[in-house]
Amino acid sequence: MSLLEIKNLTVEFRTANGPFRAVDSVDMTVTAGELVAIVGESGSGKSVSMLAMMGLLPWTANITADKMEFDGKDLLRMSPKERRKIIGKDVSMIFQEPMSSLNPCYTVGFQIKEVLRQHTDLTRAERQARAVELMEQVGIPDPAKRLNVFPHQLSGGMSQRVMIAMALACKPKLLIADEPTTALDVTIQAQILDLLIDLQKTEGMALILITHDMGVVAETVERVNVQYAGQRVEQQEVNALFSNPHHPYTAALLAALPERATGRHLPTIPGVVPGQFDRPQGCLFSPRCEFADDHCRTKPPVAAGPELGKALCHRPLQQGVPQDQKEVSA
Amino acid sequence: MLSFLLRRLLTFVPTFFGVTVVSFLFIRLLPGDPILLLAGERGVGEERYAELIKQFGFDQPIWKQYLDYLWGVMQGDLGNSFVTKKPVVTEFFALFPATLELSICAIILAIVVGIPAGVIAAVNRGKFFDQALMTGALIGYSMPIFWWALLLIIVFSSGLGWTPVSGRISFLYFFDEATGFMLIDSLLSGQKGAFASAVSHLILPTIVLATIPLAVIARQTRSAMLEVLGEDYVRTAKAKGLSPLRVNGQHALRNALIPVVTVIGLLVGTLLAGAILTETIFSWPGIGKWMVDSIFRRDYQVVQGGLLLIASIIMIVNLTVDLLYGWINPKIRKG
Amino acid sequence: MSEATANLPQPPSPLREFWSYFRENRGAVIGMYVFMVFFIVALIAPLIAPYTPHEQFRDHLLQPPFWQEGGSTEFLLGTDPLGRDMLSRLLHGARFSFFIGVIVVSIASFFGVIIGVISGFAPKWMDTLIMRLMDIILSFPSLLLALVLVAILGPSLINAMIAIALVLQPHFVRLTRAAVISERTKDYVTAAKVAGAGRLRTMFVTVLPNCLAPIIVQAALSFSTAILDAAALGFLGMGAQPPTPEWGTMLAEAREFILRAWWVVTLPGICILVSVLAINLMGDGLRDALDPKLKRS
Repeated sequence: MSLLEIKNLTVEFRTANGPFRAVDSVDMTVTAGELVAIVGESGSGKSVSMLAMMGLLPWTANITADKMEFDGKDLLRMSPKERRKIIGKDVSMIFQEPMSSLNPCYTVGFQIKEVLRQHTDLTRAERQARAVELMEQVGIPDPAKRLNVFPHQLSGGMSQRVMIAMALACKPKLLIADEPTTALDVTIQAQILDLLIDLQKTEGMALILITHDMGVVAETVERVNVQYAGQRVEQQEVNALFSNPHHPYTAALLAALPERATGRHLPTIPGVVPGQFDRPQGCLFSPRCEFADDHCRTKPPVAAGPELGKALCHRPLQQGVPQDQKEVSA
Repeated sequence: MLSFLLRRLLTFVPTFFGVTVVSFLFIRLLPGDPILLLAGERGVGEERYAELIKQFGFDQPIWKQYLDYLWGVMQGDLGNSFVTKKPVVTEFFALFPATLELSICAIILAIVVGIPAGVIAAVNRGKFFDQALMTGALIGYSMPIFWWALLLIIVFSSGLGWTPVSGRISFLYFFDEATGFMLIDSLLSGQKGAFASAVSHLILPTIVLATIPLAVIARQTRSAMLEVLGEDYVRTAKAKGLSPLRVNGQHALRNALIPVVTVIGLLVGTLLAGAILTETIFSWPGIGKWMVDSIFRRDYQVVQGGLLLIASIIMIVNLTVDLLYGWINPKIRKG
Repeated sequence: MSEATANLPQPPSPLREFWSYFRENRGAVIGMYVFMVFFIVALIAPLIAPYTPHEQFRDHLLQPPFWQEGGSTEFLLGTDPLGRDMLSRLLHGARFSFFIGVIVVSIASFFGVIIGVISGFAPKWMDTLIMRLMDIILSFPSLLLALVLVAILGPSLINAMIAIALVLQPHFVRLTRAAVISERTKDYVTAAKVAGAGRLRTMFVTVLPNCLAPIIVQAALSFSTAILDAAALGFLGMGAQPPTPEWGTMLAEAREFILRAWWVVTLPGICILVSVLAINLMGDGLRDALDPKLKRS
């Protein structure tokens, strides 16, 4: 049974210049204890879909989905009050900017114990003990003393460890890590990533890792969702994805990894993710795709079958070679 | 923190001297001869005139006059009122509690109503409640308070007869001023109805004086909250599953209060300016009315001393606010 | 670019974007229309007013507005204690208020911005000196300072305007200085200097235009403060002197009649409130449209 199941999720933001679609018909399933990654460039709507699931988007967001279930509970029809009983407890989230994600006006200890006070019946002393235990678990030295410091006295890596401690406080079934290492120094990145993977194993929780770094994906996860401009363009097992990407975007992302570069120059993907004003008519990736033809530029593609990683492409790749035009009715 | 405090004090000292210069010069520039005014209607003989000029030091060069004045200021002597002959400092501190009582009540009203209103408006951004509250706040902010006071008098005093028109307490009650605060003194006196009378006299002036600060606080709270609500840590608080009351009222508000406290400090000037109008209209015997009366009476010593004392109060409050700012914002406290 | 992309919506130009944000704020648009009416009335008051503001009708003292018993359409909004037509006086009052606003804001912003820019570029000692001077002015309650200034200069409308301008000017200095300091270290300023722009050119042509947004907003808000303070001074007898049909002065004259004739007190106050409210609404709209920080992404 799947822990999280999302079908056809669409998120639109109201802006002064008309609606902007940040997430476009995305599906996603996560089973208990699994490690999944969502990969894509900035602006691909990776975090937005997860924030929508958590109910953390501002009121300008318009969320629609056919199905959005967590642990058998329907998140779409749930009142905000019921949802608050789940988030922070069974599903928790850590964010990209650990430094600004902690409230500067309260001590670290207060912010950790607050989660416990909200979701458990622990006494004051028990909360203190659990907070110390959590700080130890995420590898913060001298935990009892560190509980009394303010966030601005911590480094970025330490802040992210505190965030993780906070997220783990109630032993969640699912942890969503939204680019947890992007804002950190390279040396710290690996530590935090190792910590997360480690905790995922020992705590037996599911982990969704949102990242733009294919390198991170290769080392850690089991299954990968590739997202581009709000759409899921490919989904595969990690090994298969690396050896045989089916969507040109995935292939281009992989080619841009320094480890896989063959020539003298590191290949890049020209252009940027389309924004509100330059959304192409056909396939959203067509302006940047080296294989795109006129058909790609005029008609939006349909997802291929699971044998081709559900690639959202007119000419999915097979061992790096674009296949012939699929016969699309109409 | 200590260096912050020292630096803040260092700016305080030259500003204070600047204020003494300004208040000193103003009075030397006022039209009319203070001696003739002092003599009153009977006039003054030439001999006596020269004597008085000498007595007040007006024959000295201006820098000497200033130094004498400054020497007096250092000793707490701001001269005597031309009209009542009493020391300016004595008069000031006799009237100051009345203004202080009114100002404190007004600022409490403004804070108690303004901050929750701003928070609620920000949380319900764009909805009817927000629009209604902010329209009200803008009207309050745009209000000519002297007219507002007259309207309230028309409706509540003469129309409905609920509140008295002027003064601090009914003349039926008489007791010693123990603290100068009518609310406290009337309670201490133990006379029946005295406290109620003091309260009823206080209501309208408090509302009038609180109007603009209330509007400013509500607007500032709202915009600070809107800014803070977009911060990452508010998202974190929501991701913990905290109730909206905790997210908005605790996590967001605590941070939003930082700019609001600054604004409340800056409002002290607004409050004293408002006190001038409010006290004049409600015949409230405080320093605002005292200053206006003195300006019309050309009581130079009082205007000079009053300007200096009022400016000093504002500067001290601003200093306090800066220190409070350090207390409320941990980044400054420990950084 | 292919044909397909030609039909796509383009990012709006800055002015269009400003207008679309401004227009979205319904209050600001209403405020703008009221302000335009206010401006037109101020312009053509003598043409539309039924009488001159000083003409006294001795048979019609304190006559109520036309809809009340005892009123007549001859004097639509009634008459004051001296038998002058309220409507005519109120219409002429718009001229004074508008005039006060324009003059005060012009003086305060002109000197304030120049001093602010100089302070932002000046050596440290001069900057400190200027800022301390502004601190001194700001240490006094604005209305009290204006009152004392008017007492020195002698009570009149012109002196009231000078006093208010002097009191408002430090706000412009501080604002401009803060904006200049945050702008002047930016790369485009360095680029202009490298390109050989002189000091004055850097100050006023390169940097100043980029600091205008907060100054424009401050000017709008000062306009309303000027009207309010001038009315308050008039009310205290230190502004425009009777029989000038200035709204604050009219209120002061009418004060003793508040219980007998509501219109002589209520109407001038409403005029002050509505004009100040309109300008503040507009100022808020300007700020929201100009301030990129509050713009929705």
